[in-house]
Amino acid sequence: MRQRYNLGYLFSEGFHSIFTHGFMSFAAVCMIVCCLLIMGSFSLVAVNAAYNFSDLEKDNQFSAFIDETIPQEQARALQDEIEAVPNVARAEFVTKEQAQAEFEQDYVGNPLFEDLPSDVYRDRFHIYLEDISKLAETEAAVKQVEGVAHTNSAPEIAEGFGVIRNIASAVAIILVGILLLVSLFIISNTIKLAFFNRRDEIAIMKMCGATNSFVRWPFVIEGMILGLSGGIVAFFLQWGIYSLVSQAINGTDSIDLIKVVSFQPVAMLVLGSFLLIGLVIGVLGALLAIRKFLQV
Amino acid sequence: MIRLIDIQKSYDNGTKALKGVNMRIDDGEFVFLVGPSGSGKSTILKLITAEIAPSGGRLMVNGYNLNNITPRQVPHMRRTLGVVFQDFRLIEKKTVQENLEFAMQAVGASPREIRKRVAYVLDLVGLLPKSKQRPDQLSGGEQQRVAIARALVNNPQMIIADEPTGNLDPMRSLEIMMLLERINELGTTILVVTHERELVNRFSKRVVAIENGRIISDETGGYYNHETTL
Ligand SMILES: Nc1ncnc2c1ncn2[C@@H]1O[C@H](COP(=O)(O)OP(=O)(O)OP(=O)(O)O)[C@@H](O)[C@H]1O
Ligand SMILES: [Mg+2]
Repeated sequence: MRQRYNLGYLFSEGFHSIFTHGFMSFAAVCMIVCCLLIMGSFSLVAVNAAYNFSDLEKDNQFSAFIDETIPQEQARALQDEIEAVPNVARAEFVTKEQAQAEFEQDYVGNPLFEDLPSDVYRDRFHIYLEDISKLAETEAAVKQVEGVAHTNSAPEIAEGFGVIRNIASAVAIILVGILLLVSLFIISNTIKLAFFNRRDEIAIMKMCGATNSFVRWPFVIEGMILGLSGGIVAFFLQWGIYSLVSQAINGTDSIDLIKVVSFQPVAMLVLGSFLLIGLVIGVLGALLAIRKFLQV
Repeated sequence: MIRLIDIQKSYDNGTKALKGVNMRIDDGEFVFLVGPSGSGKSTILKLITAEIAPSGGRLMVNGYNLNNITPRQVPHMRRTLGVVFQDFRLIEKKTVQENLEFAMQAVGASPREIRKRVAYVLDLVGLLPKSKQRPDQLSGGEQQRVAIARALVNNPQMIIADEPTGNLDPMRSLEIMMLLERINELGTTILVVTHERELVNRFSKRVVAIENGRIISDETGGYYNHETTL
């Protein structure tokens, strides 16, 4: 013998219960919304950081410095050989005089750099890559070219960004973790309250021979509805907040260099993850709440 | 069919409620279970519904061996029983009809089965005209008839009633007993716990008397006249 389920019954019980203790349900949904908004905002900031950071990386060619014992004309002739290295899109020769001029222009008035002897400047190539992810290999290959003394990409800048990103993600993960636990706790208490409100009915159901899973379902559905509502509300709020913030950033001239990713391409991803996370919190909260009430 | 073989029950606080009870109720019987307060009557009913487990002895209920029944089987065993209490235990915010529907939904009946069966059972207990009323709009006797209808609605093999007339005046009590007798005639086994000597003696049924956790008499067609009662 198996218990048969009447879905109409289960859903109407689940919905009905939500409205009989509206305030707790409201609090639970608000908590999920907060949790998802913080999670979503951090993720969207991270997406934007990654996007802007990869822009940086794209601009970031590296330089190959030519041995100073090699005459300038001979050095210039290395261009063909360097451009023959796989993944090198283009190499641009810069004489040491040009380099010095550029440098002095950037740092006029900085006493630290004023009296550098001119022999620290070397002739060099600015090398642009086709694929930034193969930076290390390409750099090694360029170093093999006769006459190249050393190269400088700036991995330490990338590492710096990486550290900041890691700290930010760690903080976000901890914060979201705490909020998830709080949401779970509130959902679970909401369902406990629902269970408590209906304990007489549940006693009657069990007396009539309802199975535990049948008694459980309306509460799981209630948790599910709370979680999904939280997900939907959070999605629209996130959308609104994101649009406002990106408008504000795009409308300010002074922060031209930040490009904001538009919401539409990530909308489905955000909605999907919010619904999924809401669902999981809701169902887990419900199961947590009624676990121990179903003995006898 | 119900069999209790040398059933003992000690509660957690050490109270020995039952001290070796033997009883057999066959399908189709109508049995009164009588005895003074605290003699163990409700304990027997709770053992039968698997609300509590025996401390010793063997217990069979409608083909289920309650000594080694699994938690998953308990709901199915309970569907063979309809239970009625002294305090009715109806859901106040649901109408008469909804109370019966609720009991059928609890065992996963289809809306079609529910519609047919609820109307039939309400007619049987004479409450079809009041099906849309809520329990607080009914008299005590009517409420108990709703509770009996609810016990009956899932078509159990047996109805067990713990002092179903305890809150009713003698006239209503008689009506309820006559209703149970009628249901018994339609084939359902009935076990009724009661204090009311007058009432029991109006029917010529099997009477099992219990005192201090032991059965002291069991007579078919007998009378409830044991001296220590009350
Ligand atoms: N949950 C419990 N814990 C401890 N002792 C209990 C419990 N339930 C009942 N008892 C004791 O077990 C004995 C039998 O109780 P039971 O309820 O079976 O009596 P009863 O015959 O139904 O009495 P009444 O006619 O008053 O309803 C009594 O002494 C009672 O105090
Ligand atoms: Mg009792």
